Formats: sequence, C-alpha cells, structure tokens
Amino acid sequence: MKHVVCVKQVPDTTEVKVDEKTGTICREGVASVLNPFDEFALNEALRVRGEGDEVIVVTMGPPQAEEALKKCLAIGADQAILLCDRAFAGADTMATSFALVKAVQKIGQVDMIFCGQETLDGGTAQVGPEIARQMGFSQVTYVEAVEQIKGKFATCRKETDDGYERIRARLPLVVACLPSPDFNPTIPSVMDIIAAKRKVMTAWTAEDIGGGAEQFGLAGSPTQVVKSYPPPKKGQGVVIQESPEDSVQRILEIISNKGFTA
Amino acid sequence: MIVIHEEKCTGCGICVKVCPTGALSMVSNIARLEEDKCTLCGSCVSSCPFGAITMERKAQTVDVSAYRDIWVFAEQDNGVLKSVVLELLGKGRDLAEELGQRLCAVLVGSKVDHLIPELAAHGADVVYLVEDDIFGSYSTQAYTAALATLISRHQPNILLYGATHKGRDLAPSVAANLGLGLTADCTGLSIEPQDKLLLQTRPAFGGNLMADIICPNTRPQMATVRSHVMKSLEAQPGRTCDVVREDIEVSPRSITTKILEVISSTTGGEKKVEEANIVVSGGRGLGSEKGFQLVKNLAEALGGAVGCSRGAVEAGWMSKTRQVGQSGKTVSPELYIAIGISGCIQHVVGMRSSRVIIAINNDSAAPILEVADLGVVGDLFEIVPALTEAIKAR
Ligand SMILES: Cc1cc2nc3c(=O)[nH]c(=O)nc-3n(C[C@H](O)[C@H](O)[C@H](O)COP(=O)(O)OP(=O)(O)OC[C@H]3O[C@@H](n4cnc5c(N)ncnc54)[C@H](O)[C@@H]3O)c2cc1C
Ligand SMILES: Nc1ncnc2c1ncn2[C@@H]1O[C@H](COP(=O)(O)O)[C@@H](O)[C@H]1O
Repeated sequence: MKHVVCVKQVPDTTEVKVDEKTGTICREGVASVLNPFDEFALNEALRVRGEGDEVIVVTMGPPQAEEALKKCLAIGADQAILLCDRAFAGADTMATSFALVKAVQKIGQVDMIFCGQETLDGGTAQVGPEIARQMGFSQVTYVEAVEQIKGKFATCRKETDDGYERIRARLPLVVACLPSPDFNPTIPSVMDIIAAKRKVMTAWTAEDIGGGAEQFGLAGSPTQVVKSYPPPKKGQGVVIQESPEDSVQRILEIISNKGFTA
Repeated sequence: MIVIHEEKCTGCGICVKVCPTGALSMVSNIARLEEDKCTLCGSCVSSCPFGAITMERKAQTVDVSAYRDIWVFAEQDNGVLKSVVLELLGKGRDLAEELGQRLCAVLVGSKVDHLIPELAAHGADVVYLVEDDIFGSYSTQAYTAALATLISRHQPNILLYGATHKGRDLAPSVAANLGLGLTADCTGLSIEPQDKLLLQTRPAFGGNLMADIICPNTRPQMATVRSHVMKSLEAQPGRTCDVVREDIEVSPRSITTKILEVISSTTGGEKKVEEANIVVSGGRGLGSEKGFQLVKNLAEALGGAVGCSRGAVEAGWMSKTRQVGQSGKTVSPELYIAIGISGCIQHVVGMRSSRVIIAINNDSAAPILEVADLGVVGDLFEIVPALTEAIKAR
C-alpha cells in the first residue's frame, strides 16, 4: 500500500509575541516547527504500515519547509516531496488542498492520506476534508487512532462532541488525526538523521503537478484576508497574593457581585 | 503580488520584523522585497502604519446577485438541536434584517420534524426539511450530498454551520464539492457596508492574531462559527415558519463509512463543558486523581461543569472530552475558574473569551494570571476546599 502524509511547517505559536507598541505580531526569531498534529499523523502512518508499504510525506511551502521534511524522513518516512513554486503563494485552504490533490494524483495509486486535524497557524481543519472530497476518498476526521487496516477497510477511533466512535471506512481514505493524550513525539537519533540523508527528497513545481495557474495560490483562493490585527485586550485584571481566608473572600465577592447562574 | 509604495515608506522597519519568511529587508531606509521568499501571507500589508504596502490581485467578475437568503445548518443529534444552532439563528436574524433577506434553517435527519417549532421560535422564517432513514446517523457523504443539492436548488447567499465536530467535518466537504470559499471558527460576523459582503472574523496563530475575511466571488459565503460567541434570541413560542420538504436521493452505496460503535463518555445528566454557564477547570497542579476531586466538588457546589487542561488528561485523571483548549473544546461561559493550570497558549485559546475568569495558582509568574480578571496567587489545596465550603454555606 501507499500512504501519503500531508505535513506543514508552522511558526511555533507558543513563542509568537505581540509587539505592544505597534500592535502587530512579531515573528522575528520565532522558530518553525513541524505542525504537531501532522507529526502525530505521520506516527500513525508509520505505526499501521504493513510489510512493504510506502510512506510518502508531502508539503506545500517555501524552500525552508524542507527542514520539516527532513525531520519526517528522520522519524521514518520513506520519501519526501516539496511542492514549491511562486504560483502556490497566498493559497487559502481551497488552493492548498487543490495543489495537494494534484500531487497525490501524480504520485498515483495512493490508498490512504494522513493529515493533521488542524495546523497551529491556520487552524482551519479544512484541508483534509477538502482533499477527501476532491479525490472522492472516504473521510474520517478527529481520528485518535487508526486501529486496523484489513483488506479494503480501515477501522478508526474518532473523537466526537461527546465521546468516541469506532468507524469502519472503505479505502481509499483520508484521515485527519488528533494527537491522543498519550502521544509522545519520537526524537530521531543521530543514526536516523544520517540514514535520512540517503532518502529521496523531490521538489515539484506547479508545472510538474499540472492544473491551471488560476487554480493555485492567491488566484485560486476564494477567501481573502482583508485585515489582520491583534485581538482586543481584555480589561486589566487584578492579581492578589493574600491569606487563604482573604483569597476566598475576594473570590466570593466576584461570584456574588456578578450573580452567576449555573 | 505585494507592491511597496516607496513614496509612503518611512523606513520604520515594522514590516521586516513581522515577515515570517524573512522576505523583507531595509535597503537605504526603504523596504525591499525578495519575491522568492515571499509567501503572500499579507502580514506586512496589515502591519504597515503608513499604507505603503499593498497586495494586488487580479479582479474577477462573477454574477452573484442571484443568491439570496441566510441559511443555518440545523445540526441535531438524536433529534436534539445543538445549542449553537439557536445562536446562529440569533446572529442570522441580524444579518437577514440588514440584507432584507430571509433566514432559513436546513434540517437534515430521520424523524426530526418535531424540531421545526423550536427553529421557528428562535427566528427561522423557513425550514428546509430533508428527512430520510439514510440521514438517521451522520455520514459525511450523505450530508454533503444533501447540502450541495439544496444549495444548487435554492442558491443561498450565506450558509453558517456550528464549529462542532460535525460542522467542521461537513462544511469543508461541501466547500470542496462546489468549489466554495469557507472561513473556519469565526467569532464575529457582520455585513460590510460597501459591497454587502459577509465580513468574517476569526482568530489565527493560536489566538495571537485576528483576521477579517471576505469571500467576494463564490456563493454561498460559508463559515463555521464557534459555540457561545453569538447570542440566541429569546424564544417566541407560537411563532411560525414556512416548511419546505425536499426529496434528496442518496444511494447507500455512495456511503463508504459505517459507525461500528458509539462510546459516549458523558454519562447521563453530566453537563457538557462546552454548553455550561459556569466551568471549573483543573490542571496538573491538582497533583493526583484524588486531588482533582477538589475541582469536581467546587463545580458541584456552583452547579457548573468540570473542565480540565491537557495536563490533567495526560495524567489520566480526566476524559479527553472535558479538555479545554486548542486540541479540545472551546468554551466561553459566564464564569471560568482555572485551578492549578499554568495557562499555556494552547489552553488559553480555548477559554479566553469567557466573561469572567478566575485563576488560582501558586506561581506568581504563571501566564494564566495574565488572562484572569482575578488572579489568586496561593495554594489551591488551602483555598479551594475553603471556597467550596463557603459556597455550600451560602
Ligand atoms: C498541539 C498541542 C495541542 C495542545 N492542546 C491543548 C489543549 O487543547 N488544552 C490544554 O490545556 N493544553 C493543550 N496543550 C498542552 C499545553 O501546552 C500544556 O502542556 C498544558 O495545558 C499544561 O497543562 P497544565 O496547565 O495542567 O499543567 P502545567 O503546565 O504543569 O501547570 C500546572 C500548574 O499548577 C500550578 N500548581 C502546582 N501546584 C499548585 C498548588 N498547590 N496550588 C496552586 N497551583 C499549583 C503550577 O504553578 C502550574 O502553573 C497542547 C499542546 C500541543 C503541543
Ligand atoms: N501547506 C500544506 N502542505 C501540506 N499539508 C498541509 C498544508 N496545509 C495544511 N495541510 C494539511 O492539512 C491539515 C489541516 O490543515 P488546516 O486546514 O490548515 O488546519 C494539516 O494538519 C496538514 O496535514
């Protein structure tokens, strides 16, 4: 079987700071990381792969996204593809999923596509389902575990609004993966990193994957960002450090004053 | 493409700092762009205080005037409406008045027509009803087919979904099916005065940034909307609406997924964290499963729901369905009490829009104290039991 894992390099949002003076996001010196949801998706793909199965990671991004792919190869992916072209710039989820679909079609004979449930930066959770629909594949989102792949079917454990479901889905299939609480990212060893250098990393342009220029990037994006700005600041809160009795009193005051109803 | 208007550039360097890909630099006090590095993310455009950077795109002309009405996907589970549906109807009513169009609910399921009065009472002018056994349990494919067919038949202007697990599964599938734009997890919706477009506001970058998004050339304009940010209208019992029954044929063979088992972790009667007005959340600071009982006791005394951080889920004290944050639930109750939670950004994005936030933490540098209306520095093991007793004694 052939599995594709879609990964994205994202700024580490825990480090992103808002510049108080200018009110803009300051990304200087903020590290880029492999989207943690995607790292989990890759882990699932590697965990459920059978003998002789191939795991290919794909990303659409600027040249430096190669770093994320190198990490995936060190973790255990067999092959990596970087979709990199000026034509892809400014893509919203639609244009992103379109480029990924074109890449999957070029790879050919793909049985499963593993996506992250969402990215740290965009966080839309849309790219996975959009790929599924365009490919005509089955779709299961919020997947915490791909339990089994047998014949033409995969069984997944999926989170719902109020619990879990076990779902059986016919291949070919797109799963959008949500890190389970016990997920511990693998830290590749020096040997893994060296071995990864021998694996194949390919770069494809828009021309390589086909499709019209008007379907990629900014031109192929139905949504437009008109403005971005830091979130409104909440009113200044107070921080107190008092005796336990006084602390309790202060909390009770707030609760009583505002008159909350359960 | 990005255009730098040199005559307006003052060389302040803000754009260089915000550029995530290092594509901008200052050359003799004027911003310079290295096109190869630019991903057209637009950060520099909105950061420039002088309007010296603009993004130009090719103009497209599409006739969108035929599309009318505001639609709300009336998500239901076993014949019960999700609370976000009523909130969307509340917001949808405003949008409908402003545009002079109708507010319609789309109700898909099997034996769900008893929900029509509730939809009408909360503001719907029309209910499109799609009933068939095939829609009895949710499947992406059957529901996508239903929505896509209805859209093609009736051409709505706007279509809103709750940003629930199902809403976020369905909406992008419909979007891809029809080639539509879609904005995820909106926290604000309004009509832009000039072109009467839907202005969709959403948090990005883990809540560090807000973005206003429009969708000028495709219809319907679609968005998923977070729970608890829009206000539902007071129900008007007896208010009626038009009901349009729609036949939609979906072949069972086109459905390639099957639910084998439903494992519900909300035992009957327990309040769901995302629907409660008061949420008491605990984190790793509780130290043990036994310690976590303090959180449950306080929640019970207040009549609220129990929530938790991922730390508490990882420790195995709480079920994942109660986790608040980026990879858990987004909540915005009237009152949120965070106990022994440090306040990592992934937790904060899930609760920062709560009306009043109280945090109890013994580390005066814990980031949760910065988002709290009242930050209490102290030992939770002393404060929480006393607080619970005091509340019970009221
Ligand atoms: C992709 C991704 C998604 C994530 N999604 C989520 C998410 O959805 N939700 C979420 O919560 N996290 C999420 N996290 C994890 C998050 O980054 C933090 O690790 C987590 O929130 C920490 O949980 P905590 O605050 O309970 O634990 P800690 O950070 O360990 O904090 C415990 C706190 O308790 C305090 N404390 C200890 N003893 C006492 C005492 N006696 N009295 C008072 N205070 C005390 C400490 O001072 C400390 O501040 C995510 C992380 C990643 C990478
Ligand atoms: N540029 C990209 N390249 C490859 N995969 C992507 C890209 N953007 C999004 N994805 C995949 O789609 C998932 C959901 O992303 P998003 O819709 O941005 O939240 C991610 O977790 C990735 O698996």
